[in-house]
Amino acid sequence: MASNKTYWKNLAQLDTSDEAVKKLEHNEFVSKLPKDFLSDEKTLDESSTSRRDFLKYVGFSTAAATIAACEGPVIKSVPYVVQPEQIRPGIANYYATTIADGYDFASILIKTREGRPIKVESNKDAPTLGCANARVHASVLSLYDSLRLQGPKSNGEDISWDNFYLQTDSMLKALAASGKEIILLIPTLPSPTSQKIISDFIAVYPNVRPVVYDTISSDTALNAFEKYYGQRALADYNFSKARTIVSIDADFLGDWQGGGYEAGYASSRIPNGDHKKADMSQHFQFESNMSLTGANADYRIPCNPADQKNILAFIYDSLIGGNVRELSEELNPLAQKALTALTKSGTKGVLVSGIEDEVAQATVLAINTYLKSEAFNPESPKLIRQGNAKEVLTAFQAIEAGTVSGLISVGVNPVFSSSNGKELGEAIKNLEFSLSFTSKMDETASVSQFVAATPHYLESWGDYEFKPGHFSLAQPTIRPLFNTHQFQDVLLRLAGRNTKLYDQIKAYWNENILNLSSWSKALHDGYFSVESSQEFSKPSFSELNISELRKASSKGMSLVLYTKTGMGDGKQANNPWLQEFPDPITRVSWDNYLTVSLTDAEAIGLKNTNTANGALNGSYATIIVGGKTLKVPIIIQPGQAIGTVGLSFGYGKRMGLKDEMQTGVNAFELYQNFNKVQTVEISALDEEHEFACVQLHNTLMGRGDIIKETTLEIFNTKDKKYWNKMPQVSKNHIEFDVTSPEVDMWQEFDRSIGHHFNLSIDLNSCTGCGACVIACHAENNVPVVGKREVRKSRDMHWLRIDRYYSSADSFEKDNKTKEAISGIGDSLSIFGKMEQAAENPQVAFQPVMCQHCNHAPCETVCPVAATSHGRQGQNHMAYNRCIGTRYCANNCPYKVRRFNWFLYNKNDEFDYHMNNDLGRMVLNPDVVVRSRGVMEKCSMCIQMTQKTILDAKLEGREIKDSDWNCACSNACDTGAMVFGDLNDEKSKVAELHQGDRMYHLLESVGTKPNVMYQVKVRNTDEV
Amino acid sequence: MASHYEAPIRKPLVTGDKTYHDVTVDVAAPVEGVANNQWWIVFGIALSALLWGVGCIIYTISTGIGTWGLNKTVGWAWDITNFVWWVGIGHAGTLISAVLLLFRQKWRMAINRSAEAMTIFSVIQAGLFPIIHMGRPWLAYWTLPIPNGFGSLWVNFNSPLLWDVFAISTYLSVSLVFWWTGLLPDFAMIRDRAVLPFQKKIYSLLSFGWSGRAKDWQRFEEVSLVLAGLATPLVLSVHTIVSFDFATSVIPGWHTTIFPPYFVAGAIFSGFAMVNTLLIIMRKVSNLENYITVQHIELMNIVIMITGSIVGVAYITELFIAWYSGVEYEQYAFLNRATGPYWWAYWSMMTCNVFSPQFMWFKKLRTSIMFSFIISIVVNIGMWFERFVIIVTSLHRDYLPSSWTMFSPTFVDIGIFIGTIGFFFVLFLLYARTFPVIAQAEVKTILKASGEKYKKLRDSKS
Repeated sequence: MASNKTYWKNLAQLDTSDEAVKKLEHNEFVSKLPKDFLSDEKTLDESSTSRRDFLKYVGFSTAAATIAACEGPVIKSVPYVVQPEQIRPGIANYYATTIADGYDFASILIKTREGRPIKVESNKDAPTLGCANARVHASVLSLYDSLRLQGPKSNGEDISWDNFYLQTDSMLKALAASGKEIILLIPTLPSPTSQKIISDFIAVYPNVRPVVYDTISSDTALNAFEKYYGQRALADYNFSKARTIVSIDADFLGDWQGGGYEAGYASSRIPNGDHKKADMSQHFQFESNMSLTGANADYRIPCNPADQKNILAFIYDSLIGGNVRELSEELNPLAQKALTALTKSGTKGVLVSGIEDEVAQATVLAINTYLKSEAFNPESPKLIRQGNAKEVLTAFQAIEAGTVSGLISVGVNPVFSSSNGKELGEAIKNLEFSLSFTSKMDETASVSQFVAATPHYLESWGDYEFKPGHFSLAQPTIRPLFNTHQFQDVLLRLAGRNTKLYDQIKAYWNENILNLSSWSKALHDGYFSVESSQEFSKPSFSELNISELRKASSKGMSLVLYTKTGMGDGKQANNPWLQEFPDPITRVSWDNYLTVSLTDAEAIGLKNTNTANGALNGSYATIIVGGKTLKVPIIIQPGQAIGTVGLSFGYGKRMGLKDEMQTGVNAFELYQNFNKVQTVEISALDEEHEFACVQLHNTLMGRGDIIKETTLEIFNTKDKKYWNKMPQVSKNHIEFDVTSPEVDMWQEFDRSIGHHFNLSIDLNSCTGCGACVIACHAENNVPVVGKREVRKSRDMHWLRIDRYYSSADSFEKDNKTKEAISGIGDSLSIFGKMEQAAENPQVAFQPVMCQHCNHAPCETVCPVAATSHGRQGQNHMAYNRCIGTRYCANNCPYKVRRFNWFLYNKNDEFDYHMNNDLGRMVLNPDVVVRSRGVMEKCSMCIQMTQKTILDAKLEGREIKDSDWNCACSNACDTGAMVFGDLNDEKSKVAELHQGDRMYHLLESVGTKPNVMYQVKVRNTDEV
Repeated sequence: MASHYEAPIRKPLVTGDKTYHDVTVDVAAPVEGVANNQWWIVFGIALSALLWGVGCIIYTISTGIGTWGLNKTVGWAWDITNFVWWVGIGHAGTLISAVLLLFRQKWRMAINRSAEAMTIFSVIQAGLFPIIHMGRPWLAYWTLPIPNGFGSLWVNFNSPLLWDVFAISTYLSVSLVFWWTGLLPDFAMIRDRAVLPFQKKIYSLLSFGWSGRAKDWQRFEEVSLVLAGLATPLVLSVHTIVSFDFATSVIPGWHTTIFPPYFVAGAIFSGFAMVNTLLIIMRKVSNLENYITVQHIELMNIVIMITGSIVGVAYITELFIAWYSGVEYEQYAFLNRATGPYWWAYWSMMTCNVFSPQFMWFKKLRTSIMFSFIISIVVNIGMWFERFVIIVTSLHRDYLPSSWTMFSPTFVDIGIFIGTIGFFFVLFLLYARTFPVIAQAEVKTILKASGEKYKKLRDSKS
């Protein structure tokens, strides 16, 4: 190496010839290492690199390699070059827009943060459909679905849009030239501009035939209305004007005829008027499945589809005249009662029906016309269902027969949602031309030649007319995340129009709708109304022949298909919020199932069991409908009419879904001829299905102080003390109210200054729709835990809606039964019986979230004071102080605390939206995402109240009562949840706090909650 | 004390013709001898159980409490059941060594060393659970009132869990000091007999330089007495405070004023049973039948019988008060305990804890070694169920029926419990081979008064 130093060992060495020295050296000293193991000894010697240099190089290169191997964290945030004026970090922007996916229609507000849509709110100013249901609230998460299509495809291969246009254009032109028919399958699209675009497109391609396809049809009602009123629309109802509501299988609090009725209904359900003379509507429900509507009814009469027709005929005949055909012994008294109530209320009576029969629907129109019902609005009908079953079926037949050559499907998935989907899919494959506009690689897209990736509605423009004269606008709230084109834009381009949808909408509105009003204002508001100038001739029902209804009789078992509150028609099946959303009735998440009455279940040999950890299992049954066989799990449903079974749509999807979301069975396979009632054969299988049910105990066990209720009669005649009694406690043999300071062990908080937040929940107007549950999920970044964990009773919902069944005919009877228990033998047998729900029970809903107790049991037990009381009444939870002893949850009488059993974000075990960058975009930046091992719970949306306070402070104004909101109270379209400041004497919540109906949950425990409930009043005769 | 006269009618506490030297040799024998195969087999089993438990704990801490069977309604189950069970077992040691010392019960001398060892080992097991049951155990030190840089954050002195922290740590430290003090002369004895230098070195370290001077003995006696005085209130306080975890809550079935005495009685009950379990085996294996005699076992059985009956009275009182309270939630909680889905746990508890000790009324049964052993196991099973019943059946159905659910353990729950049993036996087996398992110095003090040999000698003289 570089060192040329020679080390002398002795003087004699100088003489190199001295053999003795050489020998000595050889013997005594170690000879140098041979260098021949390195390639070139000479180079090595001449090299200027010393040993030290070598070590330096080795050291440096090792260190460099090491450093290079460590990847620095990449923070994928790019600052704006030009800061947009509207987007200020930390401040939310709201945009009014509209959801109209062919099934759900609503005017909504979208909250965006730093350009990201993160939450849906109802557009409460909108005059029509300004109400968002659970699915609409959840739809923002579908925007961030990681399985969305990211660009157009041709025969399964990604292509560019230019290529897409080139290919489709030439094919369309060829088909048009040869005059081969193409079907344009669109969902209900009450959009003036889109209709114009479609007709323009058809003008260019006259071989295209549009067919409107509602996956879940309202065809019979549309036909009946069209027949008598000359317009393909649905009569609107305003239940707030009704005194008597008779519903024959119309789930109008669900998805019946497009839904959106809960606000009007709820407003008629609150007893108001002078004290002692309060009035509220009375609601009769005749139905087969236990629906949300039936659960809210004063009288619910389970009956099979044939009976329903008989009852309708009975009411028609009795009212309008005809040969009244007597009903069966069980049905007669209640039908009579409904009839009497209807007659007595005069114009304040209304009858609605979901019977899928044109005559029945016409009968409904006739009855309401006869009653001159104030709640019945045929003058202003709803346009949100347009589908024509006959045309659709003809079109499908034509596709299968090969008599048409092309299919363009727009946002519909007929291969999944039609009863002969498989055959249809094969037929589509054989078509000359097939194009699917979709945002997911669904069943139809996968058999189509071309797939045009469409944007989510939050990335889209649109205009809608929900009712004649009631317009609504949709605007993008974010730039399209993927390379997607709206179908209107595609049609415009294919039709050779060099214009964009936005320009079209604006032009159309300026020309035809706005009438010199401001476009910007309409866009800002999201809606625009003009006086509808449509004239109707008064229809005559004299030729209505209902003999068919009178004669209807049931043969065998009927399957009644329905939609679930959470899943609807199943468009959002890949939305984990909706999958985890417990059904309001069965409280089962992640599944659909056959609902069977106890009697039938026992007869067939079906059962529900609970495993050792409480989890619910259900037998499998084979059901055969018209030659089709399905294997479905069953749930024994109290209130299910004997001789009927129910099965919900929306499940059983397998394509375009993550594995976890592929739940349930596809009920569309049984939806033959768009008839929701089918004859079915059922047999039991010796197999069990594992359900994820969040509520394993169904009855209230006679605990009347949990859900206090009374009847209208008692409410009007008796003192508050009778029906809303404050629990008493004895001190020195004197009875005190439990809330009295006399018997309080604790020091009261000083509530005289600042805010004191309270939430009131009216059990009368709460329909149990669950919009608040999803809104809470979205606002508070509540994790989704998946079926496996829900099954272990580990759901994370901060806000749940408890559903109870009575075990006798009514809850009142349950209470009496329990009070009458005497002796140990009695308690053993009676409590055992009380665990079982009645065959047709009363139902009660109760939303429960953290009650924010002023004397909170959780606060005293936390060893590290991670949960403590706020000045404004909230019970706070400091997540980063929590060490996770779970003592607080154990000591919570309401069991509202939720523990992070695992890490629910960025964890492949929980592959939901929080496990990918796209899905995490929905997270609310104002609320921390909790880590594993900490307790979490409702905070009364402290991020929202704090914002209200700070905004008012900045603006230097007093806070108005209407400024206060929680996610749940905001989402509550029925006004059942009212949030506000108790220290503001003029506030709504302060008024409710003083009301007679006010009570606190488990008052006797002495927790003094800041959440109050309003006693449920039923408009029934005293039991 | 040694000169105290013991009536001939009393049975000698040391049987066999034991001299002072015999005592020394007998006690030192397990330490000086070589472990036999049986010891290795049992040790191997205990060690595998321990390792299995360690694996389960690592899995829990790395993955989350979700690996257990808990849910939104039942937030504690096996974790706190095991915690209370082990704390309860840990009660006998102090009771025997402190309370019986104050009451001058000389029969304690043969068993106090092992009873206290058992106490310490079981409190170690108990102490594990409050830490690993936390969602974030790495922050367990936040439960200590130590000055910190988190701002003005401080522990919550209202929380019974915090009281637990103090109670258990005090108990563990006092017990340890008490135990070690008693061990000093005995360690010195082994040190003096030791031949191997290493052994000698270790035991001289352990014996803290005990010299056997009169002054040493005098201080030893004083310290023992002072510590006994300190430890006696602890016997009552520890389990009282543990019971506060439940008694101060608002959950029906937990919120019960009877809990402190009921828990203390239960703790002594299970502790004595565990002492019986261990000593019945040890006296045989280590040839100590002459020191731990049938009389000892009988006396312990009597304590078991009495505390078992106290516990039984407490169970019945609870039921009565639930009925008498007129509170529907309370009434249902107890009805559900006895007849609900967990009826089997309740009736296991009743059978094991209340009925089985009643056999001890019969002298024949309570002097039967085999029977005593079986009952001691049964009692410990029963006491485990008692805690399970209190915790799980109260939680799984409380106020709002909508939240009612069930609990079932996972393999991790079970694995950790087995692991602590393994850990306990690993410690005890090591102890049995390295520590003087009988307080020989103390036994020697009664040898002249209560040793069979000397009693016979004396009786024959008179």
